[in-house]
Amino acid sequence: MLSGMKGYWYRFAALLLLLIAAWLLWSGIYTPLLLGLGALSCVLCLYLAHRIGFFVELFSARAILRLPRYWAWLLLEVVKSSLDVARIILNRKLPISPTVIEFDAAPDEPVGQVVLGNSITLSPGTVTLDVHNGRLRVHCLTREVADALLSGEFNRRAAELMKD
Amino acid sequence: MQSAVDVLSWILLAAGGAFVFVGGLGALRLPDFYTRMHAASLTDGMGTILILVGIMLQAGWSLAAIKLIAILVCLLLTSPTASYALANAALLSGVEPGNSRAGKAEN
Repeated sequence: MLSGMKGYWYRFAALLLLLIAAWLLWSGIYTPLLLGLGALSCVLCLYLAHRIGFFVELFSARAILRLPRYWAWLLLEVVKSSLDVARIILNRKLPISPTVIEFDAAPDEPVGQVVLGNSITLSPGTVTLDVHNGRLRVHCLTREVADALLSGEFNRRAAELMKD
Repeated sequence: MQSAVDVLSWILLAAGGAFVFVGGLGALRLPDFYTRMHAASLTDGMGTILILVGIMLQAGWSLAAIKLIAILVCLLLTSPTASYALANAALLSGVEPGNSRAGKAEN
């Protein structure tokens, strides 16, 4: 994990190179106008990234290496809960029991809490309403989904992803 | 071989379309703001994934497929953020999400 000014410029340069490469690779048209527009959008992106604290908030490089595994698990969760929610919607009786739950986020860095909150929102049946002081408030479509979420699998996986 | 890929791609596209349809149906059937958001997440979760993977199979191994992967990743990263902004705005402006239940386990 990098911190301080060195980390800042390291991340800045890495994002700049990534943006330039992405533009050149995907545009495929190398006229002065399009290259100029590309340079402009790279600069704009860097400014926005600076403003949201992208170069300051810490996350370990190893978290990126663990990402594919996490995504594979999350994809499976999304598929399972999508089928559940589709079944509820198509059920004539509409068997919902909306529940709001609150629990503490296991990851203590803001980046980890964002990953946790967004993963919960991404899987149907649960929507993150609020993240405040490391505490999440989540709206669940049914009581069963709420209980499953409180059992902490999401929390554990997200914390495992973000650990150093 | 090509026709097998085609068949798989059409199955994915049709399944994606079905999820988008069920999502729309849910947005109509469910009773209030927050429950309707769950139906919407069906559309931008499974709907997006299945339809874009279906199109990827049509595109084959090309630059277009890599662009589609980039679009998919971008959508999956940004759509929960947008949902959070929506839900949080509703919460802050006083749309009642029902009774709260705090703590770890069943109480």
